[in-house]
Amino acid sequence: MIARIAAALVACVLALPASADIEIEEVTSPGGIEAWLVEDASIPFVALEFWFLGGSALDPAESRGATYLMTGLLEEGSADMDAQGFAAALEGLAASFDFDSYRDAVVISAQMLTQNRDAAADLLRAALTQPRFDETAIERVRGQVLSIIESNARDPGEIASTTFSALAYGDHPYGSAQEGSAETVGALTRDDILAAHRAALTRERVVVGAAGDISPEELGLLIDRILGDLPAEAPPRPGLAEFGLDGGTTVVDFPSPQSVAYFGHRGIERDDPDFFAAFVLNQVLGGGGFRSRLMEEVRVERGLTYGISTFLSLADLSPALLGQFSSSNDLVGEAIEVVRDQWADIAANGITQEELDAAIRYMTGEYPLRFDGNARIAGILAAMQSDQMPVDYIVNRNDYVRAVTLDDVNRVAAELLQPEGLHFVVVGRPEGLSPGN
Amino acid sequence: MLRRLALALGLTLTPFVAQAAGEVAEFMLDNGMQVVVIEDHRTPAVTHMVWYRTGAADEPPGQSGIAHFVEHLMFKATDDLASGEFSATVEANGGSDNAFTSWDYTGYIQRVAADRLGLMMQMEADRMRDLVFDPVEVATERSVIIEERAQRTDSSPGALFNEQMAAAFYLNHPYGIPIVGWRHEIEALTLENARAFYDTWYHPNNAILIVAGDVTPEEVLTLAQEHYGPIPASDNLPPRMRPTEPPHIADRRIHFEDERVATPYVSIRMLAPVREPGDQAEAAALVYLSELLGGSGQTSLMGRRLQIEEERSLFVGTFYDATSVDPSGFSMVNAPVPGVSLEEAEDDLWRMVETFLEEGIDPGHFARIQFQIEAGEIYEEDDTQGLARSYGMQLTTGLSVADAEAWTEVLAAVTPEDVMAAARRLFDDPSTVTGYLMRPPEPDTEADTTEVSQ
Repeated sequence: MIARIAAALVACVLALPASADIEIEEVTSPGGIEAWLVEDASIPFVALEFWFLGGSALDPAESRGATYLMTGLLEEGSADMDAQGFAAALEGLAASFDFDSYRDAVVISAQMLTQNRDAAADLLRAALTQPRFDETAIERVRGQVLSIIESNARDPGEIASTTFSALAYGDHPYGSAQEGSAETVGALTRDDILAAHRAALTRERVVVGAAGDISPEELGLLIDRILGDLPAEAPPRPGLAEFGLDGGTTVVDFPSPQSVAYFGHRGIERDDPDFFAAFVLNQVLGGGGFRSRLMEEVRVERGLTYGISTFLSLADLSPALLGQFSSSNDLVGEAIEVVRDQWADIAANGITQEELDAAIRYMTGEYPLRFDGNARIAGILAAMQSDQMPVDYIVNRNDYVRAVTLDDVNRVAAELLQPEGLHFVVVGRPEGLSPGN
Repeated sequence: MLRRLALALGLTLTPFVAQAAGEVAEFMLDNGMQVVVIEDHRTPAVTHMVWYRTGAADEPPGQSGIAHFVEHLMFKATDDLASGEFSATVEANGGSDNAFTSWDYTGYIQRVAADRLGLMMQMEADRMRDLVFDPVEVATERSVIIEERAQRTDSSPGALFNEQMAAAFYLNHPYGIPIVGWRHEIEALTLENARAFYDTWYHPNNAILIVAGDVTPEEVLTLAQEHYGPIPASDNLPPRMRPTEPPHIADRRIHFEDERVATPYVSIRMLAPVREPGDQAEAAALVYLSELLGGSGQTSLMGRRLQIEEERSLFVGTFYDATSVDPSGFSMVNAPVPGVSLEEAEDDLWRMVETFLEEGIDPGHFARIQFQIEAGEIYEEDDTQGLARSYGMQLTTGLSVADAEAWTEVLAAVTPEDVMAAARRLFDDPSTVTGYLMRPPEPDTEADTTEVSQ
């Protein structure tokens, strides 16, 4: 059987779909808002993604958590509807709206049936442009946020990533959790929430992705209908975040049989000429799937973890190369050693041609499969605009990946991977983690 | 906001319409392997899945976790493939693969470009009968599974609480045993245990092939006959004879304390019927009941009263799983606001049940839920992978393709009177398990940061 598999493999490599077979239309609404659209009338609904860039990093330090709380309140009453009235109206249209806040963006994902699209758009416009921020709703959602903050304070994974960010970014908004602290959230006023709303949701910094049963003309009108009443201009974003963390290990005591390790160091900018080499390098090092170096060495060979992965964080204001795994308290020290050894090995010796080829085959083959349904396509279209990619990026992306050579990857590995610069935050009761690690 | 809070509490919110719509093709191979095809030609990709009608509830006594262990070992060597080569080949072809184990089923899934379907079938057919059990691999993988348990269960008080709730709830049925297994039994699982489980259950006449995506039923049938067709059926496939649950005649209570608990809550669980082949009406009525009573945080009775009007709950909701082989549970969960005790939160849940039985159903709310079920069919078409998974779940829990196709119609036919009748049956003096998840009384420590080195 093995010979047949090998034969099939060889025969197929050249036949991999070269690019996503989708046609993107650039749409500018009559009001001047730009959007990317993949039109597909086969299912009678449309998926829309509105990404308002800036996100919770716009919070003033003293009102940390304002954007997060504001985003949570968008579905809690608008115009002449209270929270229940809004929810009932949404149910009655069988539409779905998700309001989410992230470090760099407030993201609104919507799905609307063709049969009642205008009514759904009016409801979404009310949520975005006429939120009521009723005192009762503020208190209710504030209570929920405080409960989330309390949960995060007792979740080892959250403690690990929050501690790492605080050590790396200090007073910059990236240095604290977007939910805020019990103290800052407790002190937020309705005026703080109104200010966060004014700052976060503007026409100037919105990107729009759409996919499904809608024409370009209809989409332009729909966007203006939803966003037209928002203020045009956005306030400035915070400056770049300096990654101020050196190599080492920080242990946070936590009562658990297993330790969570969160680790990393500086990364690489999205517009760096070496970005794609670093992207492929990360795939070999600790990218998704079972075949990365770290998965192979830490899980498959030694059974030290259930899963380990690394990723290039492309946060707008500070790129980083990060990773995470969990190991029993008596094994985590050994696992950290293996990670450092792999880091050092690839920095010094590079990867092999075989590893490079396998990573490129996987990355170029997997990419077209992502364009799977209106909801996912709309999200990708918005994400690409948020990364300031040109509209032909999706067509050319696999060529960029294929153009990466072994020399490129290994040169970038020697520069990017810093085994001595790796910092590990370990949350748990790790055994044998001693100074000098 | 509620969705995020529920996630933080470790509660799973599933869309209440998680069922299949649309036309599917169905075949049976000569060796008894069932084949289901769902066409979607929008993307040149396929999802290829093989589901086995076996899971954690089919394990021999004392070997909890063996079904899940076998699932992990399926990625190791066969007579033709080296250990890890299965996933490596999928990835080299630009695909991704994974697997999952539940009480009622074990499934294997790959997503690849449509022209790789034959290769996936070739490898999946190979490991159906030709897995090689290597002692070193078995030992290492057992460590991985113990780490998985530590990560997913032992590190989460909510997961430990759910495990204790299930163990208390089922007096006799193996749904009370965790899928991943009890730690002490995982540690004792052997190569022989794994091989015996594999040899018992992994046969074509116990498997369902589901292909969804850019293929035609004819293409799938041809490839399936080529790759799966030659595998002989087992003559010794046992029926799924599980210990069955006696009537619950006593109320039981559990109190679970863990210093890592952030938001205490109360959970009440009672036995409820599930969808049966050709008889899904009662389950359909319970789907509505769960939605009306404790679905949306704003519009369900519990959400409206306890979260918004009375401001006594941070999160309140009901959970009902309609699709399983044996009867499952209907659950009510209430996380009170600070200052309201768990005892009061428990009383609040029962007060809402009584209110529901007295006040009945708001016709407007009922109509909105009906419309959402109807619209759900449109949205489901956009998610072919979800549809495929939904079919797998239904077919491995004893339902037929006809049952799956009828489900939306059965849901559409439910009346408010049906829901009230089902509610009265469910809540007519049920025996329950009531669980409190809470923190120990003494004040707890702040996280303590120590610099080990810089």
